[in-house]
Amino acid sequence: MSIRWLTLVPLIGIFVGVIFANRVTPIVLGMPFLFFYVVLWVVLTSVCMAVVYKFDPTNQEGGEPPCTRHPS
Amino acid sequence: MHTSSIVIIFATILVALILGLLAQRRKQMNLEQWSVGGRGFGILLVFLLMAGEIYTTFTFLGASGWAYGTGGPTVYILAYGAVAYLFSYFLLPPIWRYAKEHKLISQSDFFNQMFDSKWLGILVAVVGVVAIVPYLQSQMTGLGLIVATASYGAINQATAIAIAMLVLAFYVTISGIHGTAWTAVLKDIMILLVVVVVGIALPAHVGGLHAMFTKINAEKPGFLTLGAHGMGIPWFMSTVALTGLGFYMWPHAFGAVYSAKNERVFRRNAIFLPLYQLILLFVFFAGFAAILIVPGLKNSNLALLAAVQKVFPAWVAGIIGGAGVLTAIVPGSLMLMCAGTLIAENIYRPLAGHVSDQKVQTVARVFVWIVAAVTFIFSIHSNAAIVTLLLMGYNFVSQFFPTVVLSLFARNAVSKAGAFSGILVGVALVVYFTLTKQSLLWGVNTGFWALLVNFVVVLAVSAVARDVETEQSVTA
Repeated sequence: MSIRWLTLVPLIGIFVGVIFANRVTPIVLGMPFLFFYVVLWVVLTSVCMAVVYKFDPTNQEGGEPPCTRHPS
Repeated sequence: MHTSSIVIIFATILVALILGLLAQRRKQMNLEQWSVGGRGFGILLVFLLMAGEIYTTFTFLGASGWAYGTGGPTVYILAYGAVAYLFSYFLLPPIWRYAKEHKLISQSDFFNQMFDSKWLGILVAVVGVVAIVPYLQSQMTGLGLIVATASYGAINQATAIAIAMLVLAFYVTISGIHGTAWTAVLKDIMILLVVVVVGIALPAHVGGLHAMFTKINAEKPGFLTLGAHGMGIPWFMSTVALTGLGFYMWPHAFGAVYSAKNERVFRRNAIFLPLYQLILLFVFFAGFAAILIVPGLKNSNLALLAAVQKVFPAWVAGIIGGAGVLTAIVPGSLMLMCAGTLIAENIYRPLAGHVSDQKVQTVARVFVWIVAAVTFIFSIHSNAAIVTLLLMGYNFVSQFFPTVVLSLFARNAVSKAGAFSGILVGVALVVYFTLTKQSLLWGVNTGFWALLVNFVVVLAVSAVARDVETEQSVTA
């Protein structure tokens, strides 16, 4: 199973999770909860992309990957 | 005495024009040279340029104005960047490979080459120009507001927007494409400083973030969550999806993809660019603070500037306005340039047949002024929120997405007729929704409905009307 599937996690966090996060309280880090929640997922998106980048075989190859490889 | 403010604003405009002029005279000082300057520098420059294009009047006055006037739904602006960069990991490398393989220059070329259709390329260019107008209008409105506000009413809004239009068109005319790089660097530094200062000082002025949000929530229950103005959770989901997918469909953003050194740059950018988006929080905070500092403004676009004027001395307001001027000039000039070039290279050239490069360049220069004038006419008759204008542009450009993504990942599922029909139907729907002023349908962003219908039409028409010779999938 490709590490690229990990990118689904932030998508679910943002698109589905927001249903449960649409509230003002508790105020976290000075922000209404909804804003804090989205900020959290922006950071987690970055983390997930870093993990995907690290383990995606495409980025391991020495030179530029061959153009014939299927991208997904 | 408020002269210091207006003096600083006009000095900034002058500096931007001079930088543009210098860039014109020393053409060799271009991006190509910069990016070969060092191993790590290439990524840094692409990062700065991409960020520079993204951080615009929309972010500065638009996002703060929306926080002020709309509240909770503003949070979509944080989310869509992350979603766009996430998609870019998959979407941009194949676009870059295809463009490199076929030596493409513009977004139109992509469609032209992929479907071997001059007319599809022209259609894409026309839609691109149409989408650029509201975007340009948002920059021009912002620039005009800054000038009008900085003069403390001495210059009225229509005159200010006229000044803004002249500045933009003149800037593009003298600097060409090279002016943007230097001004962009200046702008990025200035806006970053300003936004951090404003984002900390204004909330501090009203007792700090926690107290500020508690007070807003008590005064306006429900304002800080999704659901206000009919913009509930379905609106959030559809708008984040629409803008996330449409992000790289802008003609300039799509074309900028071609210029990367290699495809790995995109994958690495996908890690860091989402974080950059968090800088927007400062602008949100400033906008929310304005609710308590300058309540009851008729024009929400003014929120940040009005709050700044009330809290800071005139010269600080001048510097903040100056940064705002640059955030309008840099992307504004880029879009204006892009519109002129699109019309000349991708509409005029294919229609006119054999014409000299000289002629095409002249056409581009003339159309820069025509597009600027058209945008000006829209601007003076409109009081639309800057974010609304940008969303309108997104509704248009995102209609390219179904064809682009299918042609890259499932080439056989999309034919020339399918691409044509999908884009035409999608754009027609967007035009209809725009003219009837419907931004929501059953709680969902109307641009997203157009995108869905577009997808279905592309697939259905392609299944019926196949291309005569089925081309090889580019990615297979």
